[in-house]
This record gives sequence, C-alpha cells and structure tokens, in this order.
Amino acid sequence: MTTETLTIGKALNLGLRRAMEDDAKVVLMGEDIGRLGGVFRITDGLQKDFGEARVVDTPLAEAGIVGTAVGLAMRGYRPVCEIQFDGFVFPAFNQLVTQVAKMHARSQGRVPMPVVIRIPFGGGIGAVEHHSESPEAYFAHTPGLKVVAVSNPVDAYWGIQQAIAAPDPVVFLEPKRRYWEKAEVDLDATPEPLFGSRVVRGGDDVTVLAYGPMVKTALQAADAAAEEGRSLEVVDLRTLSPLDLDPVIASVRRTGRCVVVHEAQTTLGLGAEIAARVTEQCFHSLEAPVLRVGGWDVPYPPARMEEEYLPDLDRVLDAVDRAMAF
Amino acid sequence: MPTVPATAVADPVPGAGAPHLPRQPDLVQLLTPEGQRVEDPVYSIDPTPDELRGLYRDLVLVRRWDTEATALQRQGELGLWASLLGQEAAQVGAGHALRPDDMAFPTYREHGVAWVRGVDPLHVMSLFRGVDNGGWDPVETGFNLYTIVIPAQTLHATGYAMGVQRDGAETAVLAFFGDGATSQGEINEAMIWAASFQAPVVFFCQNNQYAISAPIERQSRVPLYQRAAGFGFPGVRVDGNDVLAVLAVTRAALAAAREGQGPTFIEAFTYRMGAHTTSDDPTRYRLADELEEWKLRDPIARLKVYLAHEGLGDADFFAGVEAEGDELAARIRSGTTSMEPPPAVSMFDAVYAEQTPPLAAQRAEFEAYQASFEGSSS
Repeated sequence: MTTETLTIGKALNLGLRRAMEDDAKVVLMGEDIGRLGGVFRITDGLQKDFGEARVVDTPLAEAGIVGTAVGLAMRGYRPVCEIQFDGFVFPAFNQLVTQVAKMHARSQGRVPMPVVIRIPFGGGIGAVEHHSESPEAYFAHTPGLKVVAVSNPVDAYWGIQQAIAAPDPVVFLEPKRRYWEKAEVDLDATPEPLFGSRVVRGGDDVTVLAYGPMVKTALQAADAAAEEGRSLEVVDLRTLSPLDLDPVIASVRRTGRCVVVHEAQTTLGLGAEIAARVTEQCFHSLEAPVLRVGGWDVPYPPARMEEEYLPDLDRVLDAVDRAMAF
Repeated sequence: MPTVPATAVADPVPGAGAPHLPRQPDLVQLLTPEGQRVEDPVYSIDPTPDELRGLYRDLVLVRRWDTEATALQRQGELGLWASLLGQEAAQVGAGHALRPDDMAFPTYREHGVAWVRGVDPLHVMSLFRGVDNGGWDPVETGFNLYTIVIPAQTLHATGYAMGVQRDGAETAVLAFFGDGATSQGEINEAMIWAASFQAPVVFFCQNNQYAISAPIERQSRVPLYQRAAGFGFPGVRVDGNDVLAVLAVTRAALAAAREGQGPTFIEAFTYRMGAHTTSDDPTRYRLADELEEWKLRDPIARLKVYLAHEGLGDADFFAGVEAEGDELAARIRSGTTSMEPPPAVSMFDAVYAEQTPPLAAQRAEFEAYQASFEGSSS
C-alpha cells in the first residue's frame, strides 16, 4: 500500500499525471496550464514531462478550448479542458450545451464525447467578480452532460482519473477554496464509483446533504450539533448529474428530516431538485419539509461581503433547528 | 446618438457588394459564365473528359435532389428544407477536392458535399423530415453531421485537425460555413487556433450574399477572404459558381494543409438562388433583378455549354443525366414519404454512452405510461 498525504490540488495533479501515463490519448488543454502549471498549479510539471502536444497552452478563448476539444474527441482523443475560473465557463457555454452535450445523442451513439471540463468553482477566497461562482445547476440541467463535485483529496485523485476514463462528457467541479486541504490518499486502493453519493458521517436526527466545498462546512456543523446533543448524518453527494439519491432516501426515511446545502443561489439550485425528489420518495417519513441552505438570490457579492452570502456552520445549524422545530 | 441611414452601408467598399462577378480582378475563375475555359496565373486544373462529365452529373443530380426536397416540403413531407440552389458548384467542387480520408464539417446546407461524400440522400432527408438528426455515420463517410448552431463546427474542424497533427496523418479537414457565420466569435477563435497551431484545416466560406435577410454588407466592410491576412494565413476568393475553379483552389488548399503549411481561407463567391429555407420569403428583402442577373452565372449551364462545345457531352449524355436525376428524385420521394420515426422510447437510449440510473428510471416510467393506454377503447 502506497499512502501519501496530499492536498486536493496535488491529488488532482497526481491523478492527471496517472491518467496521462495510462492513456496516450489524454490531452490537457487550457489557459496557462503548461509553462505556468495553471493559476492554481494543478497541472504543475505536466508539460515538462509530457510535452506541448499533450499539455496545450491554448489561446485565451474558452469556446475555443471546448470547441476544439469536441474535434479532438471525434478524432479519438480524450481532451481534459481546464476553465481557469468558474465565471469564465460562459463563453464556452454554447459549445458545452449545444455541442458537447448533444453529440452522442444526435449521432445515435456514433460520436462519443469523452471530454472532461475541469472547473475550479465556488467562493470564499476573497476574489474579484466572476471568480467565485457555482454554475453547476446549468450543467446538471443539461441532458448529455455528467456533473461531479469533489470535496476531498481521495475523491480528487481518483475522480479525475475516472472522469477521464468515462465515455461521456463530465463537468468536473473542483472546490477551489479547499485546494489546500490535506488527507491521506491510498494510491493503490480500489476507488469508489465516480457517480455515487456517500454517507460521510452517520447520524440519526437530520440528514444534511452537501457537495464540493460545503461538505467540510456540513461536517463542521455536525461536530457543533453533536455538542448540543444533535446527531446529523452527512451525505457527500459527489455526483450532481446523475444524482445518486439512494443513500439519501435511505437516510431521510430514517431521520425524517433533510437539509440541503450549497453555495449556489438557492432558487432552482440543486437543492430544489433534491427537495422535490426526496419529498416524492420519503413523503410518509418526513417530519419536516426539506430545507435548503444556499447562496442568496443575488449576484455573487464583493469579497468583503461574501461571508454573509455563503452558507456557513451557523446557517446550517439554523436550518437544522428549523427542521427539528417542525 | 447619430443614426446611420441603412443606405449608407450599401456596397461601401469596392468589391464588397453583390452582384459584380465580372468586375472582380481578384476572383479565381477557370470557366466563365459563358462556358469559356480561361487560365488563372496560380490555379490550374486539367480534368479528364470523364471527370468533367462526372462533375456535371453531380451538379445536375444534387439540384434535382434539391428540387424534389423543396417539393416534398411543400407537400408536407418535410418539416423544413434548406435549399442549395445556386451553390451546387461550390459544394460539388469542394467535395471533389477531398480525399477519402479527409474530413468535412458541414453546416446544414451542404447537400452537395454530402452527395459527393457518398452520404445517402435519405439520411439527409430524415433530418428534415424530423425522424432523426441525420442518419449517416460521420466517421465512415468523412462527413460530420450537420451543425445548426452557426458556426460551432469550425471549432470542431480545427480540433479535429489538431488531432490529425498528433496522429502524424496526411489528412486535411474542410470546414464549411457561410458569410453570416464570419460575424460569430467562435469562427474567429477557430481561425486564431488554426493559425496558432498551424492546423491542417481549410476554412471554406460560401459567400451566398445573404444571412437569411441580412446582406453581406451587414457582416463585413472588407471582402471576406481578406480577413485571412489578419489571422496570418492565405485567403483566396474563387468564383463559387465555377466548379473547376472551386475544385482547383480547394484541392490546392487541402494539399497545402496536408503538407504542414497550415490553414487557408477560401471565399467561394456565389449566390443563394432560393430562399434561406422553405420558411423564408426572400422577396421581402431582395430585388428580382438581382436574382435574374445571377441566373446568367448559373453553375450548371456554363459547364453544359462547355461540354457541348468541346464535344464532351452529346444529347444522349445530357438526356441520360436528366433521366438519372428523375430516378434519383423518385427514389428520394418514395424513401422519404415511407420514412417512419423510430419508437419514441429510443429518445432515451443514446443520451449517454453509459446510461444513468435516473434516466433509465424515467425511460421505464415513459414506457409504463404508454403501456397504460394499450387495450383502451379510444
């Protein structure tokens, strides 16, 4: 067993390296990912070892990155695109939604699209506008795309390799404010399936759902709740499209209460879909309505106000209190 | 804010307005509208009699297909048809310039290229009938599915060409688009990428003078082919109604791409003789005189004159091609009218290469819902 203590960022770097070693058709594309190693250094050292044809410093054009990835995929390559920041994915939105997502269906399966779109997402880093967005609902709403969000170094290491090996396009969301979080990663383990949710902390009173950067927040809330004698079960959703709600349904049938947490604006966010599905399948078990803790329905605010925008431990606990009060 | 009258942009640049083919000194032409062979200082071609007859045959057959498709739409058998009328030479010439292992990325109007690539016309008709999104195999035919969003396919072509580079293959890629497309951001990105990476892709613009109703003057203040200079690769304007010139120019550009010389921009100067699609009414935005003038530059008539004058095609040959066209039209008609959509449940089946449990569940829900009507009296 080879175990290393890795940050999420380093785990992604090692995962990308291993994917490139395993499959010569894997090509990394993005702005500043080669010589610089990416603005977050996720691709650090890869161009030096794999060359400029496999780690491509692209022109500054996101539609170009994703659009040319489509052509490379048609030619048999497995492009891994880095979008530098979440707010910059929108110039590529057309290619993602009208082309990448539909190619397999419209070709009746003749043209596979094994493309990965890596996006550092979410706020909490004191950034300027367009650097703290959570755009996952747009992509989860689009048939043909798969969407995952990692929350820890283990999932980062394995998840990026699984996403690259997957035959379908995967929007791979990386919790940028957690890039430096560390954990032990067993590099020889058998990974869990990419498209599965996981209970990360057992509990009896309320089921708390989170993904990406909010998993840590949910776990902190569970610690705090425990001090007050409340037992929270925390589920890391991991996959946002397809949703894997089986562990959630099983949990909510037991706890009778459910709180969904995400940074994205609340209205029509993932929480809305999850609330509808949990209600459909757990109606007779529910002791309280499914509650959502999300970003407010405003443009992501300037950095000095983001702590009031983002869900935190206290807002999660507040929702837990409301759920328990029903 | 000062307003600019619409007339102020009419033909503001010499050479940027329509129609003015004979006044174009920078237009590559090998066969005049009158059917005279002429020489070009750069581009030459020496087709055999069989090749010339083959080009003529393709021009006639794709026009016959197009006529039949328009009729079928009028009769309610197609939801829509995007006519290629007037653009046959641009498409047949470009199609013939391709080698079998080259790859073409069409818009939704390249029926003539589809024909040359060996795509079954019925696989195109199924798209416009609403049965599927195009029934042909893009890999097998070297002809991608039609792309409706303008001009998303130019980036796909560029990326494909980057793959060709990595494979070390002697393959060239041909990206089709129209004059309107040149205003889009994505094609400008495609040309920047192609130039930056010297990708083996040729940008083939059919300037048919209109983007639905918007004339070319709304898209560009300079002749389109001159834009290539700004991206750092050659641009050439060819008489798009001259199948020989289009073939020669495109063949040369594809050869240069295969040899590692990077992209070329080809502006095939032509005219959309029909409507944008069967939903369009061009009488609202262009004059009949203009259409009449372009009829004199018809791409088929000039080759017929040339073949007849040179003794390369006699009455029997021309009658034979006409008869072949009628047979093709009959096959297209019967094949189209008898075409049924697949079972609706199939819409769930190719969304992903790996089906997801939620979608499989929704598929089952749909099937159960449909089955609930079985045996009901209505």
